[in-house]
Amino acid sequence: MSTRDIVFVALFAALTAALGLFPPVTLPVVGVPITAQSMGAMLAGAIAGATRGGAALALFVLLVCAGLPLMAGGRGGLGIVMGPGGGFVLMWPVAAFVIGFLYERSLKTLTVWKEALILVLGGIVLTYAVGIPWIAVVARVDLAKAAIGSAWFLPGDAAKVVLVVLIARAVRRAYPTLQPR
Amino acid sequence: MTPYVPGESPVHRCPPGAKILALIATGTALFALPRLDMAVVLALAALAVTGLLYWIARIPARLVLAQLRPLAWILAVLVLVQLALDGWLAGLLVAARLSALVLLAGLVTLTTRSADLIEALQRGLAWLKPLGVNPAKAGLAIALTLRFIPVLAAIAAEVREAQRARGLESSLVALTVPVVVRMLKMSDDIAAAIDARSYDPDRAGH
Repeated sequence: MSTRDIVFVALFAALTAALGLFPPVTLPVVGVPITAQSMGAMLAGAIAGATRGGAALALFVLLVCAGLPLMAGGRGGLGIVMGPGGGFVLMWPVAAFVIGFLYERSLKTLTVWKEALILVLGGIVLTYAVGIPWIAVVARVDLAKAAIGSAWFLPGDAAKVVLVVLIARAVRRAYPTLQPR
Repeated sequence: MTPYVPGESPVHRCPPGAKILALIATGTALFALPRLDMAVVLALAALAVTGLLYWIARIPARLVLAQLRPLAWILAVLVLVQLALDGWLAGLLVAARLSALVLLAGLVTLTTRSADLIEALQRGLAWLKPLGVNPAKAGLAIALTLRFIPVLAAIAAEVREAQRARGLESSLVALTVPVVVRMLKMSDDIAAAIDARSYDPDRAGH
């Protein structure tokens, strides 16, 4: 990684932390908060690409585990990762990497719909695939209940996908950062 | 982020690595107990010990309150939800656990110079070397991240003001795009500045 890559990694880790300044709304039943922070993973992947985006979110999760209160609502510590929302948080680096990878693969042929599809795949499908079973295990509820409880995230996550598509397109025009893979 | 309060107390002199480990251990223990009554006792004990440590470190009460203020209404909502759903013991647990964790994390940053904190984290990351992670580069990334958070907040406030003048303050896209673009430009300048000072991560950190 070049110095520029390291600075980018730090930038997107900090951006994810800053998105936590928006106050979270905690869902009853499953006890996982809705935050703007999951946008951090999507933005990092879509703007910084697979390697830098994935590393940025990995760094963010590492700092949270080390006890820094960077999660929405000033939370931090290993307790976050061990808690019901831990599956989602641990998937953020993977989501950022996958989103970045798909963006770089199809950089030349990106359309609005393709971008939205990539973000839904990495930011929603992949993340929920680990997040929901994690809730079921940690909160000791059955899988169906965890899935229904998590459905409350869907409207917010859909709105985040739309926002990230708009932001990523505008940023790409103003300041291109991705290299086609 | 919380400022550093200089001092000579045992809490200040405790090695930063030990403080981070204690924070991680406490954070895990507070969420690990399955029985509600035991968890409440542990959370209250942690809160009491944290208070004692603040007293030993001679942190002014004003700063203690400053740690809790951003948390106040989130805490109130959480406690109300828990009270309504699971009874007062669960509400007490949530309140005690969250304030203990935030106060303890705050104490670490209040009593440790950030350079020492980053150096300790960097040393703690040495085990990642076989995975191809350079601890010195990770240390630089950590230092930059902590520095970027307040910078981002300042840029966001500036952009919000500019967009308000254009009547765009309610558009999230009009707020985020300029912030991200400005940060990307700044990143290139910072990277150039670091390189201009002949920073070599393969030799750094000695």
